[in-house]
Amino acid sequence: MRDRSRSLLPVIVVTLGVMITVFMHAYLSGVLGESLEKTADFSEGHVKVETKAYADNLSQLPNDLALVGVDTLVKSLERLYPEYNWVRRIDFGGLLDVPDSAGNTKMQGAVMGKGLDLLQSDDEATRMGLKKLLVKGRFPSKAGEVLVSDELLEKLHLRPGDRVTLISSTMFGEMAIYNFTVAGSLHFGINLLDRGMMIVDIHDVQMALNMEDASGAVLGFFKNNLYNDKHAVATKTDFNKRYKNDGDKFAPVMSSLSENGLMGFSYTFVKNIAGFIILIFIFAMSIVLWNAGLISGLRRYGEFGLRMAIGEEKSEIYRSLIGEAALIGIIGTITGTILGLSVSWLMQEYGINMESIMKSSSLMISDTLRAQITPTTWFIGLVPGIISTVIGAALSGIGIYKRQTANLFKELQN
Amino acid sequence: MLTKIMAQNSIVEVKGLVKRFPMGSSGFFTALKGIDLTVSEGEFMGLVGPSGSGKTTFLNIIGTLDKPSEGRVDVLEKDVGSLTSKQAAQLRKEEMGFIFQSFNLLPVYTVFENVEFPLLLLNKSAGERKKRVMETLEWLGLTSKVDSRPAQLSGGECQRVAIARAMVKRPKLVLADEPTANLDAENSHNILRTMLKLNEGLKTCFIFATHDEKVISYLQRIVHLEDGRIAKDMKVRSSGTL
Ligand SMILES: Nc1ncnc2c1ncn2[C@@H]1O[C@H](COP(=O)(O)OP(=O)(O)OP(=O)(O)O)[C@@H](O)[C@H]1O
Ligand SMILES: [Mg+2]
Repeated sequence: MRDRSRSLLPVIVVTLGVMITVFMHAYLSGVLGESLEKTADFSEGHVKVETKAYADNLSQLPNDLALVGVDTLVKSLERLYPEYNWVRRIDFGGLLDVPDSAGNTKMQGAVMGKGLDLLQSDDEATRMGLKKLLVKGRFPSKAGEVLVSDELLEKLHLRPGDRVTLISSTMFGEMAIYNFTVAGSLHFGINLLDRGMMIVDIHDVQMALNMEDASGAVLGFFKNNLYNDKHAVATKTDFNKRYKNDGDKFAPVMSSLSENGLMGFSYTFVKNIAGFIILIFIFAMSIVLWNAGLISGLRRYGEFGLRMAIGEEKSEIYRSLIGEAALIGIIGTITGTILGLSVSWLMQEYGINMESIMKSSSLMISDTLRAQITPTTWFIGLVPGIISTVIGAALSGIGIYKRQTANLFKELQN
Repeated sequence: MLTKIMAQNSIVEVKGLVKRFPMGSSGFFTALKGIDLTVSEGEFMGLVGPSGSGKTTFLNIIGTLDKPSEGRVDVLEKDVGSLTSKQAAQLRKEEMGFIFQSFNLLPVYTVFENVEFPLLLLNKSAGERKKRVMETLEWLGLTSKVDSRPAQLSGGECQRVAIARAMVKRPKLVLADEPTANLDAENSHNILRTMLKLNEGLKTCFIFATHDEKVISYLQRIVHLEDGRIAKDMKVRSSGTL
């Protein structure tokens, strides 16, 4: 142990490996976790209620298949599952028409709209962090005021205060025309949304699309805002049992975030990242350290022979070899974790801007890649850092047993 | 009665020792071909012979680092052939010192720490370790080098540290394999005089394996090995006559 130069290489290897592990964990937690979180906040909720028909045709934003009698539904949801906040959401598509002073079309652009409660409480705006996304103008304060993505605002040469007309279709398939005032613009940092998004108060959308007492979906968010899959699945199962309405495609069905297609996969993945990384790392590092250990182990057979001559036993030497390795593992793990956390912290605070690469992405992935340090990040390096050094030493130390005592001793004589 | 006294004084008793090494896929190479030898307390003796005659092999068996294929070897009243590796390690730790051709000091440790090492294995207290190490270094004229590291020492000094390491626990038996092979004439004589002094002062038994004439000139007893057999066994002088 006193031989610093001999311990240095393994310490560096462990440090690097642990650093990479820690960083990878923070990175994946950050990127996938954020994407998961944004998806939950933006469109899926922790649990989601919609009609079966709506769920089946989700990509068409089929508001003709929306839930009706939503007020009653929300009331019973609040009664049955008070641990959630229940909110109404309506997604819609349409054209945004910018009239000139004479009322003729000056500019037109496709929009994706999202209706949510902006005026009655701050909950939804806070959940989605909308106020932080504001670029120009101000937040809507009364009915008829909307927010649009800043990119769309620029494209349509709009300014806060301008009037726009939404052209869409009502719940009953008729043409819907509704006038709004642009209150401000938002930059989401998610390309999919920045291209042409419009945020409207849920009440305005209901008016515009003739959807009084209807909504595309009702989302439930845990009040502590932490997704608990077990609980969500239990809620879902319970709800679907209560509202079992075979064959009725307009009956409400509930789904949990984790069972939601692509999101379901990334949810499972995010949940198991730590396990995956640890496994890969233990495997790779053990091999590297075994090789490093072999080199130093071979160089040390002379020393082992000497120690045996002086009266140490093979098993004692083997144990001390493993003890040293564990110590190296601990030192490497500590420095590696510190370095890994530092790099992760930088990437958590500053992020890496990937806007140009994300231009055509259709995923809910932020333009800025950010790491996220979770409690697991602090400890993830520990297991592989120490286990791999010990395995590495154990493998290279087997040579002590394989060799005859006299042969080890022979290393001394030349 | 006479044999009993002899037996009590003997440190090494070898009868019909044969050592075979496996060679190739099925064959054997016989390095020692039937050896009988008794070494008594306080002897200063050497195994002498040409390269390949079996000196090191023999010394390793006496040192419990290897086992006999046939015959019986008793060292300090223990049957080497039947010792477990733990018992053998114990015996080496408590009763034996080794000196090698290459000095084999641990490079990162100071002179003091190198010499202290065997006492650590014996769980001696810090105070006792310090006392013994300093005393031993004094015998060997190394007190000024206590804090030096091996790289800062000459070859002769390194070998003296190695001798100190072998002697610090006051073993009954010191085994030295070609201890002068890496030393010049002056240092060789220096070392040998030191070892002889320790032999005479502490009654430590020394067994050398060597073909160095300088070493041979100090020995009290010379056992000539040739092709795995004892060719001659000569008492050349009595203790204290050099
Ligand atoms: N582990 C081993 N396996 C096979 N043969 C061995 C082994 N160790 C020693 N021998 C053989 O036994 C013979 C005696 O070897 P040993 O090392 O005892 O000779 P030595 O007298 O010490 O020679 P030197 O003066 O060169 O040190 C040699 O022929 C050697 O090749
Ligand atoms: Mg030899």
